[in-house]
Amino acid sequence: MIHSLFLINCSGDIFLEKHWKSVVSQSVCDYFFEAQEKAVDVENVPPVISTPHHYLISIYRDKIFFVSVIQTEVPPLFVIEFLHRVADTFQDYFGECSETAIKDNVVIVYELLEEMLDNGFPLATESNILKELIKPPTILRSVVNSITGSSNVGDTLPTGQLSNIPWRRAGVKYTNNEAYFDVIEEIDAIIDKSGSTVFAEIQGVIDSCIKLSGMPDLSLSFMNPRLLDDVSFHPCIRFKRWESERVLSFIPPDGNFRLISYRVSSQNLVAIPVYVKHLISFKENSSSGRFDVTIGPKQNMGKTVEGVVMTVHMPKAVLNMNLTATQGSYTFDPVTKVLTWDVGKITPQKLPNLKGIVNLQSGAPKPEENPSLNIQFKIQQLAISGLKVNRLDMYGEKYKPFKGVKYITKAGKFQVRT
Amino acid sequence: MSPRCHPSLYWNTHSCPTPSGLSPEKTEPLTVPRGASPCHIPTSRLQGGWHLGPRSILVALLGCHCNSTRSPASAALSTLTWCRHDDLKEMLDSNKDSLKLEAMKRIVAMIARGKNASDLFPAVVKNVACKNIEVKKLVYVYLVRYAEEQQDLALLSISTFQRGLKDPNQLIRASALRVLSSIRVPIIVPIMMLAIKEAASDMSPYVRKTAAHAIPKLYSLDSDQKDQLIEVIEKLLADKTTLVAGSVVMAFEEVCPERIDLIHKNYRKLCNLLIDVEEWGQVVIINMLTRYARTQFLSPNQNESLLEESAEKAFYGSEEEDTKDAKAEAASLAKRKPYVMDPDHRLLLRNTKPLLQSRNAAVVMAVAQLYFHLAPKAEVGVIAKALVRLLRSHSEVQYVVLQNVATMSIKRRGMFEPYLKSFYIRSTDPTQIKILKLEVLTNLANETNISTILREFQTYIRSMDKDFVAATIQAIGRCATNIGKVRDTCLNGLVQLLSNRDELVVAESVVVIKKLLQMQPAQHSEIIKHMAKLTDNIQVPMARASILWLIGEYCEHVPKIAPDVLRKMAKSFTNEEDIVKLQVINLAAKLYLTNSKQSKLLTQYVLNLAKYDQNYDIRDRARFIRQLIVPTEKSGALNKYAKKLFLAQKPAPILESSFKDRDHFQLGSLSHLLNAKAVGYQELPDWPDEAPDPSVRNVEVRGTPRCTWDILRLGHLAGVLGELQKVPHIPSLSDSEESGSSSSSGTSSSSSEEEDEEEEEEGSGEQSEEKEGEEEEEKRKKRKEKGGLRKASPGSAGR
Repeated sequence: MIHSLFLINCSGDIFLEKHWKSVVSQSVCDYFFEAQEKAVDVENVPPVISTPHHYLISIYRDKIFFVSVIQTEVPPLFVIEFLHRVADTFQDYFGECSETAIKDNVVIVYELLEEMLDNGFPLATESNILKELIKPPTILRSVVNSITGSSNVGDTLPTGQLSNIPWRRAGVKYTNNEAYFDVIEEIDAIIDKSGSTVFAEIQGVIDSCIKLSGMPDLSLSFMNPRLLDDVSFHPCIRFKRWESERVLSFIPPDGNFRLISYRVSSQNLVAIPVYVKHLISFKENSSSGRFDVTIGPKQNMGKTVEGVVMTVHMPKAVLNMNLTATQGSYTFDPVTKVLTWDVGKITPQKLPNLKGIVNLQSGAPKPEENPSLNIQFKIQQLAISGLKVNRLDMYGEKYKPFKGVKYITKAGKFQVRT
Repeated sequence: MSPRCHPSLYWNTHSCPTPSGLSPEKTEPLTVPRGASPCHIPTSRLQGGWHLGPRSILVALLGCHCNSTRSPASAALSTLTWCRHDDLKEMLDSNKDSLKLEAMKRIVAMIARGKNASDLFPAVVKNVACKNIEVKKLVYVYLVRYAEEQQDLALLSISTFQRGLKDPNQLIRASALRVLSSIRVPIIVPIMMLAIKEAASDMSPYVRKTAAHAIPKLYSLDSDQKDQLIEVIEKLLADKTTLVAGSVVMAFEEVCPERIDLIHKNYRKLCNLLIDVEEWGQVVIINMLTRYARTQFLSPNQNESLLEESAEKAFYGSEEEDTKDAKAEAASLAKRKPYVMDPDHRLLLRNTKPLLQSRNAAVVMAVAQLYFHLAPKAEVGVIAKALVRLLRSHSEVQYVVLQNVATMSIKRRGMFEPYLKSFYIRSTDPTQIKILKLEVLTNLANETNISTILREFQTYIRSMDKDFVAATIQAIGRCATNIGKVRDTCLNGLVQLLSNRDELVVAESVVVIKKLLQMQPAQHSEIIKHMAKLTDNIQVPMARASILWLIGEYCEHVPKIAPDVLRKMAKSFTNEEDIVKLQVINLAAKLYLTNSKQSKLLTQYVLNLAKYDQNYDIRDRARFIRQLIVPTEKSGALNKYAKKLFLAQKPAPILESSFKDRDHFQLGSLSHLLNAKAVGYQELPDWPDEAPDPSVRNVEVRGTPRCTWDILRLGHLAGVLGELQKVPHIPSLSDSEESGSSSSSGTSSSSSEEEDEEEEEEGSGEQSEEKEGEEEEEKRKKRKEKGGLRKASPGSAGR
């Protein structure tokens, strides 16, 4: 399956390589560099590249290319999903998945990669098992290690791998037993020029942070489970319970994990919490244009819309922008032509507005296209779909855990066409 | 001190690991000069830049002073390499684990960088029996990396692993086997074979899993062992634990994918275990079972496909033929037995369906392709929702999923129609994703939704991404050819684009308009005139060639303009691209035949220019055309037919999706993505005409069933009692059980055999496992202390 892995940074240095079978020379990456050059944009590097003797399957995460070398037929998604799992694991261990973090912890990275694949086939990918095998580095532990000479490799054996619930490590103990659930919903929308919704959908996830001792068996129920149209589960969830009773019943992994992700059925009308009034025009033959954007709240269920940021990719012909913002601040990068307006909170009494003149390259023809506006926002304590957690019950353990649920709504891929 | 002192210093030092971890005491031995020092490091490997502190430079300088008899450059190199590694060797030889660990860490960091550390092999291999678990692990990492290169020395470590294989602790046994099998040294093949065989009947499922992993490793080392390995695979396939299932199927796929007969007896078990296998194993098993099902069951769509064909014929064919056909078909339908789905086929479909809810995209894709290839038409729809969900994932996942959706949407358009809007394009999508989404949108277009799709396309055309705009124009062209109703609208839209300021957009439009006009040229002489004017401005060769071809082909519709265009082109002939030149010749020939009065001289001129062109294709073409159209005494019979040859009715091109017929590759595979057979790709066989004997999958029940089966029963029991929460250590297992039980009740009476069998198993399994469940609850703590050893013993009890 997966033969080798190369990690490559943005400037094209191979800073880590790992081989699970015979060694493959670094020169195989030349095919990748070639494709990268052709693609111009990092996003457009094809994930699968065919070379005379190998196939290269790559992902791009946090400014690092994970390039894996394959020799025989394998489902490409299998490899892609695995590579993302590797990146997630680094994130989990080092707090960030960056070149420096990987270089600083190269031994742990190597130990992790060794455990995650055997002969190119995934072996242990659950974070709970891995953490039992290899302890994540913390400042305290590295100090202790340097004094006592003990190591990061767990000397206990990974019992999780042998059990029927590989995702939970054994012998978990906490003094404070807590279970937190974050219901995070994102609105994906395309709004057309006239302000009507072309497409809108709510995508949600429930991220959990569970610190409970022993082997708790949880069940989480919703007030209105019918809202959830399409759901994907963490392996710990008992599928049949969901099918029959619409209750999430599971023995959780220890720590942070994504419990479910869901989509709210598209039949439901999605309440769009903001509206955008815009006027962007370029004058013929006069190398300037007008720019006027106002953002206002709409159907926000009495909650404030905050963290509003607007980004716009302006046409290439734009040289500079002279704008005034009634609220927040804006920046325009003349190289990438990206306008970013950090608005902050929207107060309905005084709507934020950004207005001014666009300077175009003199002599250049008026741009044919109008840029689309990408909006980000956040609404605390609201799940826009109306989803509500009813209750959380725990079985199997005696203590009384502290439980908490938090709701948040965000803009996902929210785009206004102009 | 600066590196300028010795020119060679820069790259010499590159061969050394980072000295950042060194304390002054540790560096001291480095300065001690040694005798002749062999340099093992091939210079080709020395690359990349390790950051060097001043200390290492000092070391290097001291080193070369001591060896002043040799040339400074080589001395610096060899001494440095020697000294540096000497330091590591000393650390490895020390009694302190912490020093060993430090040394190993630095060596592993070198390996990670792609640096050669092979000369340390003897020093490292000594530590293979080290007590410290981290040192040991790092030594394993080193060993697996370099054993291939230093086979003789690697043999030194074998005895340690052999000892490890006998260890009472299952995890040590497993890790010994893992490393032993990863060392690619051909001499130890017999030892590996023996170890695998032994491990395959180990009482611990974890060791058996490791044995399954070792099989492909041995196979790639020595394919002569195939027969013996197949025996082991056969044995492991019969294993009833979820832990082993994925790994052994993986081994099966790599060693003997053609031995489909080995699966028969294990088919039902694999179906039932599937939901509890770890996610990577699920992917492999599902893909294998797809192939298996294609060989063993009948097509669930056979009747429908016949019906459909006849319906289509009824639509097109003349009535007489039609009735005949219908009769014949009715007869053939009657001859065929009414289709009843094999209960095993049903079992597979039912047990894979819940996996569409997996968080792992690869699993979802595997199930989706299984349904696409195996399910009756009416049921395939369930996968659409899951696939659309994957579109929200990482862009690489989107890329792969969209490729597959594009293929599926050609065959089963209805499936994705409700999700049309999910394929709408955002300006922030990467271009490759945009183009794939466009492909899907085009495939989904039909009479009812075309107006919304075209409106959407209109916004795309104004995008800043020109490649994407070009693709959109192509897509509009395809919509226009496929859906007659909107052809005129599309054509008008495209003509408007001809006045676009971007040349690429105009060029692409010209090419597409040319294709569209070929369908109904008579009504569109205005457009042709419009395009003739464009020859003055447009520079893109393909577009120019298209315009010229169009004018030549329909010169009768534009009798006044055509000769004028030829005149202009004759003027600029020498500066044109080759494809344009060929079309100029073509245009000249056609005009000569239809309007020789006006264009005779021009044609002669063009042909003369072409005669002396640098490109031999153009010279050849000119010579050929001159013979054909200009009558001389030598020219043969063909001359009379020149007009027919040039101005024959030409069929309009069919604009097709590039994803058509890609579904002969198994979806979700690498081969499908590349549209070329990848190494090791297993063809997806066609359905058989006659179903093979289904009884091969019957399994005799013997003895007390063990392990997972039992746990399954227990889960069932618990489910029935509604006490699921009290049995916390059997989480999702209960699901598969419930689906399993409903499966036996849900299938038709033909599965009664299977049902009996299951019940029997249940009866015997329940009690023993119930006890075991209690036991497990009580002894959980004890078990933990014993490091999981206890866990294996219930499994071994059955033996």
